[in-house]
Amino acid sequence: MSKKTQGAKMSPAKNASKDLANQRGAVQSQTPFGQKFKSWRQHHRISAVSSLLRLLGMPLQTIMTSLVVAIALALPTTLFIAINNVQSLGDSWDASPKISVYLHTRAREAAIEGFQKELSDRADVKSVEYISPKEALASFQTMAGFGNALDLLEQNPLPPTLVVTPSAQAATPAGLAALGQSMSKSALVESVDMDMDWVRRLREIMVLGKKIVTILASLLGLGVLLALGNSIRLAIESRRDEIVIVKLVGGTNGFVRRPFLYTGAWYGFFGGALAVLLVELGHQSLAESVASLAAAYQSSFALAGLSLFDNLSLLAVSTFLGLFSAWLAVGKHLNEIEPT
Amino acid sequence: MIEFHDVCKRYATGQEALNKVSFSVEEREIVFLTGHSGAGKSTLMKLIMLMEKPTSGEVMIAGRNLGRLGSSHVPYHRRQVGAVFQNHQLLFDRSVFENVALPLQICGIHHRDVARRVRAALDKVGLLSKENALPISLSGGEQQRVGIARAVVNKPPVLLADEPTGNLDPELSAEIMELFRQFSEVGVTVMIASHDIELIKRMNRRVLTLEGGQLTHDGAMW
Repeated sequence: MSKKTQGAKMSPAKNASKDLANQRGAVQSQTPFGQKFKSWRQHHRISAVSSLLRLLGMPLQTIMTSLVVAIALALPTTLFIAINNVQSLGDSWDASPKISVYLHTRAREAAIEGFQKELSDRADVKSVEYISPKEALASFQTMAGFGNALDLLEQNPLPPTLVVTPSAQAATPAGLAALGQSMSKSALVESVDMDMDWVRRLREIMVLGKKIVTILASLLGLGVLLALGNSIRLAIESRRDEIVIVKLVGGTNGFVRRPFLYTGAWYGFFGGALAVLLVELGHQSLAESVASLAAAYQSSFALAGLSLFDNLSLLAVSTFLGLFSAWLAVGKHLNEIEPT
Repeated sequence: MIEFHDVCKRYATGQEALNKVSFSVEEREIVFLTGHSGAGKSTLMKLIMLMEKPTSGEVMIAGRNLGRLGSSHVPYHRRQVGAVFQNHQLLFDRSVFENVALPLQICGIHHRDVARRVRAALDKVGLLSKENALPISLSGGEQQRVGIARAVVNKPPVLLADEPTGNLDPELSAEIMELFRQFSEVGVTVMIASHDIELIKRMNRRVLTLEGGQLTHDGAMW
């Protein structure tokens, strides 16, 4: 079908006429299965290449259609990445839950030391770190430009703090709650702040976020199916005469369908490749800002993008989506075209 | 090879195209199909091509009852019937070579053999030098001959031709007829729909005449 595959290797024309006469007969020549399979593969190759050339022959429409696919895929992918990043941020806290125990500002050093020892002896506590108001102030001053603001204060407003790391067994929501409750009974304690609370909330929000993104991705995927289906329908319409002729000379539905399936797959592939590019561009443009923000919080957090595997999966999914939408469109429209 | 048993065809519009048509064409036979336009010639050929199905009666090709063929077998049946169409039905964005190669590619013939057989068919119709031309650049007669090459390239046991000499001068018409005669000699059953009385006379073959959907004459013309 494509010009490429036909061409150079031809036998001399002189013998051609004899050939035809010799071969002609009432019985159709039989082709062995192995050769049938070979030529089936051959037609796949031809269909793949010729549909690709056809798309490259109309670059504007190809780019537009691929962009629709790319944007529809890049949007949920970006949201997924964002959620995964936020979650990994939460998980890094989650891994070592700490309880900040704020003591009364007027608590005496000796009392605090005793309380610290008392806590360290508990079975459900792994370690206790004491941060005096002075130390807290010093660390605040080195951080994130608080320095000047703190200089304005007449006295140190920061309370003495005990940072309690629970033992592994106690690092469950229930265990932490019990630990927190028992600590807050002490007269020295002003308040107990469980870091766990916001981590847990964050996690709930992330679960919800993922659900929303999944729904969004499904809707956008459906949009891709419809948009590509329409492109395929147009491609079928523009080749109506050809389809009629192919059917007249004995082309099976599979034969007629094949180039259109490849067209869909190519649209999907191009869309996927553009989506990978868009996501990577977004990642690049944000990564630096995120890194400097993280540095400001003294964190080594880096914005994670897509791994090679993720990128390949995205390509595979979008190619499959293209193929599937072509399959739907072709199934619907091809049967309507019959020679009359 | 071609058998019609009491075939009736009534279109959804109510038009009765064929009425109780029965005949039988043997292998290697050449028959002409004549009649005014609208007499049912095209319908008869469409029934053989399975582009239409009879309202009643049976159409048998090579001993196979077409009425019993499922839709998935239709393409395989059409590969057994080479057809030359009045309006040529060529692909205008493909070269002559690619047009003639189409039936072979559909059948899954290896491209080495495709080239050889396409050349053979083009040589037969005298268009070997035009294999790289686009059909649009050819005359009506040449396009007709491309259609003939495409119809025979796959060596079908049955060849249908709808007004195959409609656009050709007498000399070329005679050549084409000679071609059909050669095909029949190597075993092809040929059915030709034609208005060209002179030509039919000269060929002196069996003639089927349709009038208003009925078969009114079957046999030698004179």
